Amino acid sequence: MPDATVIPIGGEDGGRKAASRAAREAGATGPRPRKRAATPSSEPAPDPAFSAEEPIDHDVDGAPGRVDATLAEWLDFLRRRITGEYEIDEFGFDAELTDKVFMAPLRPIYSTWFRTETRGITNVPSEGGALVVANHSGTIAFDAVMTQLALHDHHPAHRNLRMLGADLVFQTPFMGEVARKSGHTLATTPDAERLLSTGEVVGVWPEGFKGIGKPYSERYKLQRFGRGGFVATALRTRTPIVPCAIVGAEEIYPIIGNARTVARLFNLPYFPITPTFPWLGPLGLIPLPSKWIIEFCEPIRTDQFPDGAADDPMIVFNITDQVRETIQQTLYRLLVQRRSVFR
Amino acid sequence: MTRVVLVTGVSRHLGSRMAQILSHDPSIDRVVGVDIVPPREDIGGAEFVRADIRNPIIGKVIAAAGVDTVVHMGVLSTPVQAGGRVSMKEINVIGTMQLLAACQKADGISRLIVKSTSSVYGAGPKDPAMFTEDTEPRSQPRSGWAKDSVEVESYVRGFARRRPDVAVTTFRFANFVGPKVDTPMAAYFGLPIVPTVLGHDARLQFVHEDDGLEAIRLAAAGNHPGTYNVAGDGILMLSQALRLAGKATLPVPTPAVGLVGGWFRRAGLADFSPEQIRFLTYGRGLDTTRLRDRFGFVPSYSTRDAFVEFVHERGLDSALPKHRAESIERGLAHALGSSTLSEARLAARLRKEASGRA
Repeated sequence: MPDATVIPIGGEDGGRKAASRAAREAGATGPRPRKRAATPSSEPAPDPAFSAEEPIDHDVDGAPGRVDATLAEWLDFLRRRITGEYEIDEFGFDAELTDKVFMAPLRPIYSTWFRTETRGITNVPSEGGALVVANHSGTIAFDAVMTQLALHDHHPAHRNLRMLGADLVFQTPFMGEVARKSGHTLATTPDAERLLSTGEVVGVWPEGFKGIGKPYSERYKLQRFGRGGFVATALRTRTPIVPCAIVGAEEIYPIIGNARTVARLFNLPYFPITPTFPWLGPLGLIPLPSKWIIEFCEPIRTDQFPDGAADDPMIVFNITDQVRETIQQTLYRLLVQRRSVFR
Repeated sequence: MTRVVLVTGVSRHLGSRMAQILSHDPSIDRVVGVDIVPPREDIGGAEFVRADIRNPIIGKVIAAAGVDTVVHMGVLSTPVQAGGRVSMKEINVIGTMQLLAACQKADGISRLIVKSTSSVYGAGPKDPAMFTEDTEPRSQPRSGWAKDSVEVESYVRGFARRRPDVAVTTFRFANFVGPKVDTPMAAYFGLPIVPTVLGHDARLQFVHEDDGLEAIRLAAAGNHPGTYNVAGDGILMLSQALRLAGKATLPVPTPAVGLVGGWFRRAGLADFSPEQIRFLTYGRGLDTTRLRDRFGFVPSYSTRDAFVEFVHERGLDSALPKHRAESIERGLAHALGSSTLSEARLAARLRKEASGRA
């Protein structure tokens, strides 16, 4: 019975709860959950790629050499940019531009503004395809770019997260261009299968616009998860599904209202009204500095299902529900652990 | 059995080169090239017959020569080549219909090869990243060459149903580039200032004319029924291609694109059909797995090599050649006052190579 494989994650979760209960009983009180949280996030610290780079930097000797090296690297980068000497993949992903230009302004936001903490990042495999499924909130898709940054900068294998976006994204000038260049593509089965079968980590946010546009009062409640197309694709390509819970994005732009007429006028799925937007103009675009936690949960294997499981709606719906429940439960658990919205 | 190949559209560059290549192929005994005007280029050992494919006369040519393979390259890509959109459509669609009608009557025909285009897939924001031959177009082309090609392909499919004994090969080519290829894209890259769509960057693929013609030759010499995408490996972004060509660009916001395109068209500089504008906005990628695995042909030029070669042959790369960019970089490094910079740069390169290997 294929359903039997659905259980381990819940069981695992239960196991963890039991462990933490046991720990509590052992006498630890207040700080215990935070301490436990620190352990998985310190996992990616011994970073082989980074330490391999270190000795060469020492050759250049001290601070001025480092400045020179950085400068030379940037000049080299600019020259190749101007002459077109760079590589992109078939989806239009420009890895170098993403790393050097798009991610640069996001790094301080990630670490200083949101003080993002990642947990269980090694649940995303170091090689081969994987499908990261996460909750969506926060009016604009900050959660998606932060997850991409987390996997790129903090995963031991520096994985690039290739996200699947709505066609509206690719229709919109600038947004579409940046999305393609930072490795994302349209949420269609052929594209998702192509990415997963070539061993890429693919990110989906099944709540879509319903998720990022949800009202503040329902901020922690997951919206409907579509038709489970992502599960069928994972089953077909036999890649693991990594449920991912993101806490903190809910509070960056609290939606207190939705100007439907304006939204219709500009053909947008919603037009958010927050305490600061549009009242303060561009200042209203500054996100509130909430405390973020991104937790990658235990992967759900899809390789032990029989052939044709992707066409069995029962299996697909079961896994979809399992993924949704895992994310929702992790979300609630993280909320309990977070001391307040801003700490 | 003597092999006789008929090539349509030999008055233009690709057609005459195709006739020439086929006439040198030892497995083919005779090559007949037809068109309404005589070829300007050398067609080798091929014979030229002045005939209009829009006219039933073409049937007599096929019967008289005992043609067994028809290579249809007579579909025009710009109205300029035909002297107007009306006659372009007539040559493309009516011409193909007449040619296929003649083929249907000719019992000796065993192969039909059609040079089609990847623009039959259209271009739009809802497209998958890479089109396979079986992908349904999400945004059907509604005008010009692309629409003609969709119609041509549908007539070809009809013909294949009616004559199952004929091996029909349809090639959907990415944009051809080469020293003498005269296509809307070649004209576009030849513009002194190249207009682009603001906020969009299209994914492009190119096929070198040598590769494209070799694919057609293999199809004419062998037996490869089916539809195949043909494109060089890899992708270039439009912005990247323009940088490789050292071109100045003029980004135009979407609402004004049609207007600016109209100016260029009226000035006779380039042809901006609505389909081409959509292509330059959203781009397109072709999956060539079937060409490699089933047809057994691997293009020798990647998209990038084909384009770089094209830029080189056309002498387009005069604006900012690579060596000048490098000397500017060195100059800047000096201006920023660093003696250790060259060493540091070397170290940076080494490090990059090391991490590339890891």
